[in-house]
Amino acid sequence: MASERTSLAHLPGRGEDQGGGGESLPDVRPAQRMRDLLPAVEPDRRLDDWGRSERIETAFDKTLVEFFYRYWFRAEVAGIENVPAEGGALLVSNHSGALPPDAAMIAKAIREEHPAPRPLYLTVEHFFKGYPGFSMLLPKLGGVPAHPANVHRLLFDERRLVLVFPEGRKGTEKLYKDRYRLRRFGRGGFVDAAMRAEAKLVPVCVVGAEEAMPVFAQIEALRKLTGLIYFPITPTFPWLGPLGILGYLPAKFKIRFLEPIDTVELGGPEARHDRALVQVTAQEIRARIQENLDDMLARRRSVWLG
Amino acid sequence: MARLTGDPAAGAGPEGGLEALGAPVDPGTRRVLITGLSTYWGGRLAQALERFDQVEAIIGVDSSEPTRELERTEFVKVSNQHSLIERIVRAAEIDTVVDTRLIVNSVLASPRDVHENNIIGTLNILAACTGADSPVRKFIFKSSAHWYGSARDDPAFFTEEMRRSQPPGTLLERDIVEAEAAVDDFAHKNRDVAVTVIRFANVLGPDVDTAFTRLFGLPVVPMMLGFDPRLQFIHEDDVVHALEHAAFHLLPGTYNAAADGVLALSEVIGLLGKRPAPVLPPWGAGALAGPLRRLGLRIPDEILGLLRFGRGVDNRLLKATGFEYGFTSRETVIKFGEHLRLDPVIRGREEAYTYEREVEEFLRWSRHVRRREGRDEGVGADREVLGI
Repeated sequence: MASERTSLAHLPGRGEDQGGGGESLPDVRPAQRMRDLLPAVEPDRRLDDWGRSERIETAFDKTLVEFFYRYWFRAEVAGIENVPAEGGALLVSNHSGALPPDAAMIAKAIREEHPAPRPLYLTVEHFFKGYPGFSMLLPKLGGVPAHPANVHRLLFDERRLVLVFPEGRKGTEKLYKDRYRLRRFGRGGFVDAAMRAEAKLVPVCVVGAEEAMPVFAQIEALRKLTGLIYFPITPTFPWLGPLGILGYLPAKFKIRFLEPIDTVELGGPEARHDRALVQVTAQEIRARIQENLDDMLARRRSVWLG
Repeated sequence: MARLTGDPAAGAGPEGGLEALGAPVDPGTRRVLITGLSTYWGGRLAQALERFDQVEAIIGVDSSEPTRELERTEFVKVSNQHSLIERIVRAAEIDTVVDTRLIVNSVLASPRDVHENNIIGTLNILAACTGADSPVRKFIFKSSAHWYGSARDDPAFFTEEMRRSQPPGTLLERDIVEAEAAVDDFAHKNRDVAVTVIRFANVLGPDVDTAFTRLFGLPVVPMMLGFDPRLQFIHEDDVVHALEHAAFHLLPGTYNAAADGVLALSEVIGLLGKRPAPVLPPWGAGALAGPLRRLGLRIPDEILGLLRFGRGVDNRLLKATGFEYGFTSRETVIKFGEHLRLDPVIRGREEAYTYEREVEEFLRWSRHVRRREGRDEGVGADREVLGI
């Protein structure tokens, strides 16, 4: 899956009445009532309202993703019980690789290992909605533009699992020499979003993605030429043409889901206005992911065999 | 309670539970003015309101003659002159104004006419309803989801209080935004008037003529290369019902009206049984507009954006007021597909309606006209009230 970002910091101003008669909009929309009014699922449809296609996703899952998950990366999963079986939850992970395989592997891990698997939506950068091809494919696979309103609807109203990479582009751009060193976590927009939606935060650590696609350099001139968000040099890209972007090395993947953080206990939707609390929580999550990554790396005997 | 059949005031009280959030029924809707009577929507709404005995008087104004057959609606031919409309409003003691006039398809008229209708026209209607002693208590404005535009950075579902993420890029959208701003301004200055703005998604249906009915009527449906936008529709009947719902309830504020379900364009084309033609280049589609027009294909500017980024709106607020849609987006598309297949067979079977003033007046006022059972009493009662 492609790069994701987390600039969830700007939540749209609510309660600003646009048209009509002044004090018109009911400012209290009881949550359950609004959930009940969500469109019913139409069983004959093969796409959901986000444009996700069960058919295309399954086709990918049974072939490419299955191959990489089981045989190429030989993914090993720990702490799957930390992914809530119900309710909205925001998974927060480290991020790497020019065409990052981590999102697909995390989604696959939940599908394979979780006792009650649920679809995972991944927040992707708005850029991809504007780029031909990506714009068509990513939504089919569960990609959703990282708009705060989208994340809120997914977490709060639809009570789904959402994956976010707070490092965003800073994570996928980083070079091999900086591997497993977490970038900045933005302004903690993801914490804000989870608090507002009363969703759980689940930190996730992924080891192996950095070695699967080491990025040696970023070529600014070629980036501009292609209109992409970056133009990486990897062992296979661009040497083997566009498909070279799928040239992953067979590093051993390890995914660890950490204990969830209940945002309701942190103070719920009101607490998100406390910028300091949001920032501190974001930093804590970042530290926990870094600690666990270091721990996993220390135990790892071989990049390729685990 | 959503679609009102019979007397809307009877047994419609909001009662506990979920209904408690529904909008209150407005028994005061008795004398209705419909602007844009000769547009598709004006005609449809008038036909719908005629069924309600609660409504004593339906007056329709427009600058051209009605296109749909009406039973008891009175048509007054008047151009956008607020002083004349104001006289009608006051003389007929209009309590509810439904403004169905807004042009939401830039192909249907020249930009100048669109501007004239959408801005100047709206200002005139609003001016006609202003004034401390104005009898108008309720103003319903039919707007469009084009208000939100269609851009890369949009949310997947616009809620009513969100703003568009880019300033309007097309003339039509600019006009719609401006018209709504005028309505908003009116609402703030006339606090005793309940102003309802409904932003409708793309309409499909057997009778209505919209940019999308034309696009889907083509042998192959053009798509933009590399894009499969999310689109939401509403059935033409649901549009009329939503306006009806607003007319018989107190719903101050702005509401989205779009059927449940957001479909990918490829999904829509599949449901219609058509073939997609990814012929529009992702860049410079505007430059291609000229050659395409010569081929008989005019894609309005406001639709080009939709073919790239699509649009979804959150329709729950209107549902929370008690409105129920008759069709989902998918059902709307399927119905429309059936119509497309049937249309070549039945086209031309029904004679088109033409308005003749003398005939209409004879039918309405002559004592020799025998009125149908059932309708009779209602009309008779109306006339007594009116003193005719």
